[in-house]
Amino acid sequence: MKPRRLGSWLLIVFGVLYFFVPLLGTFEFSLRLLRGVYSVAAYRIVLADPRFAATVTYSTVLALATIVVGILLVLPTAYWIQLRLPRLRPVVEFITLLPLVIPAIVLVFGYLRIYNSSSALPLTGSARTTDLLLMFSYVTLALPYMYRAVDNGLRAIDVRTLTEAAQSLGAGWSTILLRVILPNVRVAVLSGAFLTFAIVIGEFTMASLLDRPAFGPYLQLIGANRAYEPAALSIISFSITWACMGFIQVFGRGAPGQVAGAH
Amino acid sequence: MSFLEIDHLQKRFARTTAVEQVHLEVTRGEFVSFLGPSGCGKTTTLRIIAGFESPSSGAIRLDGVDITQRPPHQRNVGMVFQSYALFPNMTVAQNVGFGLKVAKKPTAEITQRVEEMLHLIKLPALGNRYPYQLSGGQQQRVALARALAIRPQVLLLDEPLSALDAKIRVSLRLEIRSIQRELGITTIYVTHDQEEALSLSDRIVVMSEGRVEQIGTPFEIYNFPRTAFVASFVGTLNLLHGKILVDGQEVFASRGLERARTGDAVTVALRPEIVSLGEVAGNGNRMRGTVEDVNFLGSIVRIRVRFTDNTISLDTFNNPNLSLPQRGQALTVSFPREAVLALEAPSSS
Repeated sequence: MKPRRLGSWLLIVFGVLYFFVPLLGTFEFSLRLLRGVYSVAAYRIVLADPRFAATVTYSTVLALATIVVGILLVLPTAYWIQLRLPRLRPVVEFITLLPLVIPAIVLVFGYLRIYNSSSALPLTGSARTTDLLLMFSYVTLALPYMYRAVDNGLRAIDVRTLTEAAQSLGAGWSTILLRVILPNVRVAVLSGAFLTFAIVIGEFTMASLLDRPAFGPYLQLIGANRAYEPAALSIISFSITWACMGFIQVFGRGAPGQVAGAH
Repeated sequence: MSFLEIDHLQKRFARTTAVEQVHLEVTRGEFVSFLGPSGCGKTTTLRIIAGFESPSSGAIRLDGVDITQRPPHQRNVGMVFQSYALFPNMTVAQNVGFGLKVAKKPTAEITQRVEEMLHLIKLPALGNRYPYQLSGGQQQRVALARALAIRPQVLLLDEPLSALDAKIRVSLRLEIRSIQRELGITTIYVTHDQEEALSLSDRIVVMSEGRVEQIGTPFEIYNFPRTAFVASFVGTLNLLHGKILVDGQEVFASRGLERARTGDAVTVALRPEIVSLGEVAGNGNRMRGTVEDVNFLGSIVRIRVRFTDNTISLDTFNNPNLSLPQRGQALTVSFPREAVLALEAPSSS
């Protein structure tokens, strides 16, 4: 074996060990609830806990809402930037990157100052409006991923000519977006959607500080009070994230002529 | 009365004027080509007609109605693009039927019209294919069918054959012309290819630097170019620079130099195919020079002959039984007086 190839293999082995040894350790630990035997007792306890189902459902619903709002916000914006305002692209890209630079805790404290119950827009005044605030904060948090995925998809198709072709055939803006642009960046939008899902499902800081019953704070709560169940929960949440990535790969193959975005 | 009127159109971008006072009246069913080099304003004019650009001044009237401010989707103008612009997510049939679906036509009518269009472009069996499964020529025919399916009042084609190889280009342009004649649809065709414009059009608009240089039939444009630009852009041209002399004129022109005075600097032009090798009887022009180059082009041989200050290219049909002149050989060329084109008003030197 040539030294360069050997080096590559060593790097791969190191990477696999780095990622999988802790995971295997966690998995192995999660099976040791009963003394002396391996069992799925920890998983049974976690899955039987009504708070698990409630928090997973809550986070899933919130993730789906985040995806819908995120697409509604990002797709027309990225489309318009590409079509009519390409000079604004660096500005919009900078704005979409801000959530990566500003820590979530800073963002949520900002929200609490602006939307507290004694403010002009008291979104934290009730549970439903706080859910709304949390959903919008997730849209912000997922913005870098959603924008990049959609923008990459749009760059890969000839947005201007397709738009003009549709216009010359009598299509208005909504028809163009829904029937021409969206189907051609479907895979890119799906990538953004699954990445958003993966972020929202385990998010802790915002949900915790806004005091909402999401999966992230539940994970933390169990982790602080139990030994084996948090390990089982970690494996479950990893599985959910991996399932999302798997879906990206499956849908990433796409229909004829479709374009994938950032994975 | 004109069906499509382009009324003194002007389009300015930040620092440049892309279209300068373009005026054209197109009759119903006419095939008009905009011909010119890149950046001459032909595509911008087409895009203004389609509604993708708005003019800085001027108006577009279609069948007597001012459509200058109408958005593109309300103009009923079909457009074919250089890059085909088929929707990749739709089959051929869905692409062709898109405009009708947008117009909320009944499904039966859409199906019938799509079939009709696919027969028109001679691709009746490819309705279920996706664009990526078609060749470039087939894609462009589908794009044409899609544009025609909505029964537009005007068909606009923006360099539709530029992305295709030479053979397909020739066959498709014949097809475009025959479909246009069959449907009798008013058509504006943008191209930088003079052969395309000459072979397809009822009239040609030659443009340069945003302005119309000349409007005329292909015969007029080729044989009687009004400016040096038209003469040089359409076909190959020999330009002869000289001065009007009191005595001993060297080149005789039958027209165009009536207003020239002694001492004026003039430029006259000659098409290569009108120049003959050797001396021809009559009172035509004769010039003696040296062969500079001989280019064998298949059916035609192009010979460049140098005179003192000028060079003339002449075309002669290939004849395997005759030998070609050699470089450096002295020979005489002849051309009739009527063939000499005086291009611009002579100016005093």
